Amino acid sequence: MTSTTHTLNPEDAANAAREVRMRRLQAFLFVVPLLVFILFAFVAPITTMLYRSIHNPTVANLVPETLTALEGWSGDTVPDASILTMFAADMKRMANDRTSGRLADEINRALPGMSSVIKSTARGLRRVDDAEIAANGASLLLAANDRWSDPATWRALKAAGPIYSSTYYLTSVDLERSADRSIVRRDTQIYVKLYTKTLRMALIITLLTVLLGYPLAFFMAHASDSTANFLMVFVLLPFWTSLLVRTTAWIALLQTNGVVNSVLMAVGITGEPLDMLYKEFSTVIAMTHILLPFMVLPLYAVMRGIDSSYMRAAISMGSRPLGAWYKIYLPMSLPGLSAGALLVFIISVGYYITPALVGGTDGQMISNIIAFHMQVSNNWELAAALGSILLIIILLLYWLFDRFVGTDNIKLG
Amino acid sequence: MKKHLTLFAALALTASPLAAQDLTVTSFGGAYGAAQQEHMIDPFMAETGVNVLFEDYGGGIAEMKAQVEAGNILWDVVDIEVIDLERACAEGYLEILDQSVLPDGDDGTPAADDFIESALANECGVGNIVWSVVFAVNTDNGPGPQTMAEFFDVEAFPGNRGLRKRPQVNMEWALIADGVAPADVYATLSTPEGQAQAFAKLDTIKENIVWYDSWSQAPVLLNDGGASMVQSANGRIFAAMQDDNAPFAIVWDSHVYDLDVWAIMKGTPNMDLAMDFIKSATRTVPLSGMQDVAYGPTRRSAQALLPESVKQDLPTAHLDVGLKADGIFWADFGESLGEKFNEWLLQ
Repeated sequence: MTSTTHTLNPEDAANAAREVRMRRLQAFLFVVPLLVFILFAFVAPITTMLYRSIHNPTVANLVPETLTALEGWSGDTVPDASILTMFAADMKRMANDRTSGRLADEINRALPGMSSVIKSTARGLRRVDDAEIAANGASLLLAANDRWSDPATWRALKAAGPIYSSTYYLTSVDLERSADRSIVRRDTQIYVKLYTKTLRMALIITLLTVLLGYPLAFFMAHASDSTANFLMVFVLLPFWTSLLVRTTAWIALLQTNGVVNSVLMAVGITGEPLDMLYKEFSTVIAMTHILLPFMVLPLYAVMRGIDSSYMRAAISMGSRPLGAWYKIYLPMSLPGLSAGALLVFIISVGYYITPALVGGTDGQMISNIIAFHMQVSNNWELAAALGSILLIIILLLYWLFDRFVGTDNIKLG
Repeated sequence: MKKHLTLFAALALTASPLAAQDLTVTSFGGAYGAAQQEHMIDPFMAETGVNVLFEDYGGGIAEMKAQVEAGNILWDVVDIEVIDLERACAEGYLEILDQSVLPDGDDGTPAADDFIESALANECGVGNIVWSVVFAVNTDNGPGPQTMAEFFDVEAFPGNRGLRKRPQVNMEWALIADGVAPADVYATLSTPEGQAQAFAKLDTIKENIVWYDSWSQAPVLLNDGGASMVQSANGRIFAAMQDDNAPFAIVWDSHVYDLDVWAIMKGTPNMDLAMDFIKSATRTVPLSGMQDVAYGPTRRSAQALLPESVKQDLPTAHLDVGLKADGIFWADFGESLGEKFNEWLLQ
């Protein structure tokens, strides 16, 4: 019996191998829907986003010849008349295709105010005939607006030319390239501040959920089944309520004449209503409430599995309850704590709706500015770069977490 | 990249349930959408038998950009703010309209004379309403400020100011309150010094500002005491006064008015039908129906139909003390001032 595997005839071996292949195929077929889903819903959009943050062919597609001609230009003076004429012809073509706005949008990012210059110049050249442009294009262009005689305008055009560029990543960390191509700080310093603020708020929210969630999960894990189930409903009930409803409820509670202020004033703690809404405070409070189940559920699941005899043994051998908790219980509940903390932290870093609704000014997070560039300023490339950096930060934090705590120590139950 | 988008577009198209609809019209919903449904959509459907799907969106050009870039045009006609129209048109997301086919006013005036000038100023749109950003006060706390300078005077008029969290309108108001003549506002704002001046003026009330994100929050703030004066679209305050008897008063001083226009998405397969809809919706009678939500009609013949009592509630009666929002300026400086504004907020 023990040596049957050695005595398999070739036919049996082939059958066995086929059997193994079949099983593998079967297993693969089970996960195919998931793989396809992940590919379309996750990998493809993220790859597109990463690609978009460095790839912007708009200007290169609109004025290819002018860009080629500008390659040899020094950058200190206005380019020579042949280039200006070529560009004037480009402008006329773009005015007729209704694409001058796209060029205007791109150049305007480097030099605010250029949008109207490009569009009005293009409109002016639309009706001029081709022969006239070929003969006098340069002077027509210079006459259309003063800014065409400014070398800075042409530097901006040249700088917007490359299909692949790091511009958007530089902007995302408040840097830019100066005229001599060296990297300098931008006038507007905003994104680094917002990243730090986002991470700080996510950390505060995580700590608060630990403070609130750990004792609750501990109590639930050691209460009778009926009590635990009863409390579980309270943890899950908000989880089943729409996010918008919960956020709006916080608005009703915290607003100037809201529930909290009325109570505080009735009790006499404060004479006039406190400003609590539209602050960092309200964002932190509302998000802590919304994310609390993500902390309690993994903690509770892990704590349920901890045998209470360990604690009893430690205490019966003379340890103080707190010491026993620290030495025995905490390490055993750590996997749940890690899972909860990681979930809460990562979710809050990218949170959008709650800060937008209750955050006001100082409750803004990086996600709100990403939305601004997606929806309002239409700078999708910058939004992609900001989003990519956020993704990199999260991966980096996950790696650090793995180094110091270890991902083996994560348990959802 | 393009290939991916086309693929997604093809998938989305085959999955689209809208194929059976004849025409998709998109606007802002709410009370405004209801008025358009009653005075523009329903009559058009009754007259032509065309089935119109009326959808909502939140403004801005991001969704138009996405549809045109993906080649998957879901909307046919769209209601767009003039402040966005300039960009949407110049970037090729909208069709160029033949404004000469617009019908005469009901009193026989040719369309070109009947429409107010700015209604036909852009080749991609036909004016639909005149609306305005005003400030309103809660009269429970006394009459409150009556001019823009007073709105910015925290000592004489303490209390919170509710402002929409964006540079548009706030920058203009700050300069006007600081003594810049309305005619010079946009020229001043084009310079770094002018921008600094506006931020410095905003600094003086920064501690008293409550920021909000959507027009619907303005009457709420004024009502619950979160602010004693708010910036708002005039129709929102009008509706609160009309429907809920709210103790509000609208101050028209230095209001910033703008138009909404009907436009057609670039590449729509229903170009002729879309144009028919615009011709129908911008006739005299449908336009006069926009008074329901206190927005002024863009045809003179429609203004003539309004009762005197209503006229005073519309922006069109107060254009002399107002400032026309400059779409070209905001196309130039929207993004850079948006960044600077956010930087200022974080200081």
